[in-house]
Amino acid sequence: MRLGVAYDVLRWEERDLFSEARKLGYDVRPLYIKDYADLVGNSIGENLDAVIQRGVSHSRALISTTLLESQGLRVFNDSLTLVRCENKTLTLSLLTKSGVNIPRTAIAFSKEKALEMARKLGYPVVIKPIEGSWGRMVAKAVDDDSLYSLMEYQDYTTLQFRTAYMIQEFVRKPDRDIRIFVIGDEAPVGIYRVNKANWKTNTALGAKAEPLKIDPELRELAMKVKDVIGGFFLGIDVFEDPDRGYIVNEVNGVPEYKNTVRVNNFNVSGFLLKKLAEVIKK
Amino acid sequence: MVLLKCPVCGGDVQVDDNALPGEVIEHECGALLEVYMKDGKLALRVAEQIGEDWGE
Repeated sequence: MRLGVAYDVLRWEERDLFSEARKLGYDVRPLYIKDYADLVGNSIGENLDAVIQRGVSHSRALISTTLLESQGLRVFNDSLTLVRCENKTLTLSLLTKSGVNIPRTAIAFSKEKALEMARKLGYPVVIKPIEGSWGRMVAKAVDDDSLYSLMEYQDYTTLQFRTAYMIQEFVRKPDRDIRIFVIGDEAPVGIYRVNKANWKTNTALGAKAEPLKIDPELRELAMKVKDVIGGFFLGIDVFEDPDRGYIVNEVNGVPEYKNTVRVNNFNVSGFLLKKLAEVIKK
Repeated sequence: MVLLKCPVCGGDVQVDDNALPGEVIEHECGALLEVYMKDGKLALRVAEQIGEDWGE
């Protein structure tokens, strides 16, 4: 297989993909998207069977994917999947319409309406950017005063969707959440992300990864999310609610997996590359 | 190895011949540097700061 890997920062995952692809005998071509430029619709001039999108910048990942797709290439994940993942309101809208449990979430476009919605949800609430990662700017508001201040801070950012306030219930999860991966038509591996010191369980914020026990319900949920969101390689963040069970919080379209490989001793890159070969043959 | 100059302090930086664009190197002066290709050769520039839209 002739494979492109689109990336902007060379992390552990991208190095591992190159290494595993070469072990499998794939002809792998790094596509460094920061210095990539071409005409929309132009032929790339190389007969690549697929491109794996690994851009850490959402903007570069999405736009380079649309460019590569315009050039006739199959990109994994595709541009529409990336949009469905990156915009959290779109993710949650699609999931709830399909019967997947999500955190109770309100959207408002004025502070007054946001405060009304927060009171309806019940404090504490979580305010988070419509697009964002690594737990950045995700904050807990304990009352009207703190929520109002956090919305003011949002107003003065350069966030694309800063005029929309996304307010969620504070889910009473244990000191952990779940990251389960969908790769092709399987959900083979995942981690618990445990943080006893911080309610935010992003590994980027210090949560510890532990191997995930995947029960049939969780596996079925992961595949349902994949059916709704689309794509080939997804990292799905799931809360365990004491009353409602599994709740899908977010879906990641360019997931990181270094810690998943480390604690599970599971070769995510190798699995992904073999699954990709199956998809390409179809 | 390729001998390049740090764009911040001017000091020497040894870069592997097989380095790929996008590799980030921490130089002894404290600068974070990014490998890229300039006119077909390996070169260094100051690495990009973590952006507002970075992440998974």
